Amino acid sequence: MTVLQIVALAAVAIGATAVVAAGDALRQVLVLGIYGMTLTMLFFVFQDPDVGLSEIVVSTVGLPFMVLLALRKVGEHEAERAREKEEQE
Amino acid sequence: MSRPVRLSLFGLAGAGLAAVLVIAFRGLPDFGGYQGVYGQALDGFGVTLRHATDLITALNFDFRAFDTLGEEYILFASVLGIALILREMRGERAEPHQGDAEEHQFADASHALRALALGLTPGLIALAVYIVVHAQLTPGGGFQGGIILGAGPLPVFLAGRYLRMKRIAPHVLVEVADALGAAGYALLGISGLVLTGVFLKDALPLGIPGHLLSGGQMDVVSVLIGLEVSGAFLVAWSEFLDQAMVVKGGAE
Repeated sequence: MTVLQIVALAAVAIGATAVVAAGDALRQVLVLGIYGMTLTMLFFVFQDPDVGLSEIVVSTVGLPFMVLLALRKVGEHEAERAREKEEQE
Repeated sequence: MSRPVRLSLFGLAGAGLAAVLVIAFRGLPDFGGYQGVYGQALDGFGVTLRHATDLITALNFDFRAFDTLGEEYILFASVLGIALILREMRGERAEPHQGDAEEHQFADASHALRALALGLTPGLIALAVYIVVHAQLTPGGGFQGGIILGAGPLPVFLAGRYLRMKRIAPHVLVEVADALGAAGYALLGISGLVLTGVFLKDALPLGIPGHLLSGGQMDVVSVLIGLEVSGAFLVAWSEFLDQAMVVKGGAE
């Protein structure tokens, strides 16, 4: 195993822990994107650029985009519900 | 269950799992010492039999093209599900964004950001086309190129132009690309059945290894998957975007 491979494995371990540890969902999305970059690096140093190419787009654009939009929609619903509650009181 | 009980349960299960994992890892082959016969055999056939210098593509689009057909339809079906669930429902109303800042937080994007988006979109599309058509030569293929192609219009959205992004990638266009890619692959398989008597069997000339038009129908499969994947991701993203930016209200 080369030094690069050990570094990549360590980065993935740290990145995955950071995703779990991030409390706020919005922050979690950003950490998830960075974690995806470390995974891309891992695939690349383990000589699988094909999977690395998919991973880099899916994890930095595809997934965060969907989660961010879903979070926005959820936030909208919550704000609406809070407004309705205020009106009733 | 109280916290100490849960922690001790985790400690017990964690220690057990660690022990089992250590025993299992000791039985693995050495790092880098691959033992599989199938993989070693395929490794030798990629260039000689199928004239493809990228073995991964030869594996996905030729040796196991039927598996890839199934995978393509998994993506197609899941995006179909998203479109079905997120279509306009009773009680919802579409309120297109009229340029007010509240609707779109990026509405006041700077000129620098807009210029960057303008440069990124054609760059991404060119890169995607390169990766799709060089599937059998270099790393990457229909899936990788397809999702990069799908990400092409997104910088326009980031520059604060959602409705303009829809002009670059209108619903009808991405839906047609999605359907065309999915149907095309199945039809390619049937054409193999008609021409050679075997589903998905290659009827095209193999060409010279390393040339753009080599590897038989791998290029065709790559282009079809590229269309399907870019269409699928754009359909999913557009549905999500519509929900977040345009559609208001709905059943609680």
